[in-house]
Amino acid sequence: MINHTPVNAGLKPTIEVSGLNFFYGNFQGLKHINLKIFDKKVTAFIGPSGCGKSTLLRTLNRMYDLYPGQRAEGKIIYNGRNILEPGQDVNMLRAKVGMVFQKPTPFPMSVYDNIAFGVRLYENLPKGEMDERVEWALNKAALWTEVKDKLHKSGLGLSGGQQQRLCIARGVAVKPDVLLLDEPTSALDPISTAKIEELISELKGEYTIAIVTHNMQQAARCSDYTAYMYLGELVEFGETDQIFMNPDKKETQDYITGRFG
Amino acid sequence: MVGEHSSKQYDQDLEDIRSKVLLMGGLVESQFSDAMGAFRAGNAEQAEHIIKADDNVNRMEVQLDDACSHLIVRRQPTANDLRTVMATLKVITDLERVGDEASKIARAARNIKERNVVSTINPYETVRVIATSTTDMLHDALDAFARLDQEQAMKIISQDDFIDHEFRSIMRNAITFMMEDPRTISVALETLWVAKAIERIGDHCKNIAEYVIYIVEGKDIRHTAYSNPKTDNP
Repeated sequence: MINHTPVNAGLKPTIEVSGLNFFYGNFQGLKHINLKIFDKKVTAFIGPSGCGKSTLLRTLNRMYDLYPGQRAEGKIIYNGRNILEPGQDVNMLRAKVGMVFQKPTPFPMSVYDNIAFGVRLYENLPKGEMDERVEWALNKAALWTEVKDKLHKSGLGLSGGQQQRLCIARGVAVKPDVLLLDEPTSALDPISTAKIEELISELKGEYTIAIVTHNMQQAARCSDYTAYMYLGELVEFGETDQIFMNPDKKETQDYITGRFG
Repeated sequence: MVGEHSSKQYDQDLEDIRSKVLLMGGLVESQFSDAMGAFRAGNAEQAEHIIKADDNVNRMEVQLDDACSHLIVRRQPTANDLRTVMATLKVITDLERVGDEASKIARAARNIKERNVVSTINPYETVRVIATSTTDMLHDALDAFARLDQEQAMKIISQDDFIDHEFRSIMRNAITFMMEDPRTISVALETLWVAKAIERIGDHCKNIAEYVIYIVEGKDIRHTAYSNPKTDNP
């Protein structure tokens, strides 16, 4: 339909992955991944269960470090340095590359403290500024109007969709560059899902977003670039419109049209 | 061609639409050839029958459009499936228009018969060549759609130039007849309408061929040099 410009024309990559291999003990979960995640764009990762898309996401802020026996080889260049190198400050990295998980994971504390908690780890803000930051983050996550009267009630008392937006607010409160979303809406109803998707399109003005999703329509709706993965390999990466209208690879086409397996 | 969906019902839905389009294509094909038959024989009764039967074509258009909307809402097709559905919707429109052109031909046949005027022009002989080529072209276009054969589609696209050229020569010819003998004007005009209808059917066949290429290659070649190779070197 449209003549597609090359995938990387005039775009600045925030994260550049090259020759990445990942191992769970002896099992190789990712095989020689090369990929650029572009600045202020939404990149979606799709693929069947176990294809390595969450694994790839978890390498981008070294979440895997928390588990023994898991290791990554290769390069993930962020801010000019390879974050896989031993000298990397992982706490600083995770502040800059935030993550939201499949199930909402609010801390068992008030809505306010859920957000202030992360900020206190990195910044020492006076009360007034902290209040502003909390309100700003809740506004960013499109949650402020719903929770402004219950800031000091438990975050666990919110609905699932609100809890998930609270987690996104917690993620943006520390002012990251990148947000990693690992199936952020798979436990939510359609309306909460729509709100999160709306939020993604608003947030991409300021953040680089990578999202793992099993919902292909979701990838088609809210991403700029889509990566299809299978058995630990990156099969195809391209503009979302192109991937869903006319993918280059037959494997990609089979998966997105439901001819898989 | 392509593998099966995990959902058998999805395959079935797509196949149902495809076979109904071909059924509609078959109906339109016979409308066109019957109309040419009525035009040749000057059979007003048969012409009347063809005009009425266009309702069947119209009804199929509505049913098929509906089936396509249902498929979109239930399956959210992507990639080649999406292209197939989009192209099918357009093929349906073109087929319906071919049906309309067949009715026009039948109407001309009826008019010539009813007016019963003397004429030096032989209406059927005048359009025989493009009618035969266009009949083949319609058959080939449906065949290319059924088999998703892009090579055949390319041939159809270039064939349309021949039809257009023939139409222009019929027009010049008819003008000569009309100037020589004004009594022949009414028949010559009816014959020209028929020639125009046939030429339009050729255009619809070309459109169908272009959709086949869109389904197979994902390239939209409408209004490009790809589909008009001759516009490159005038």
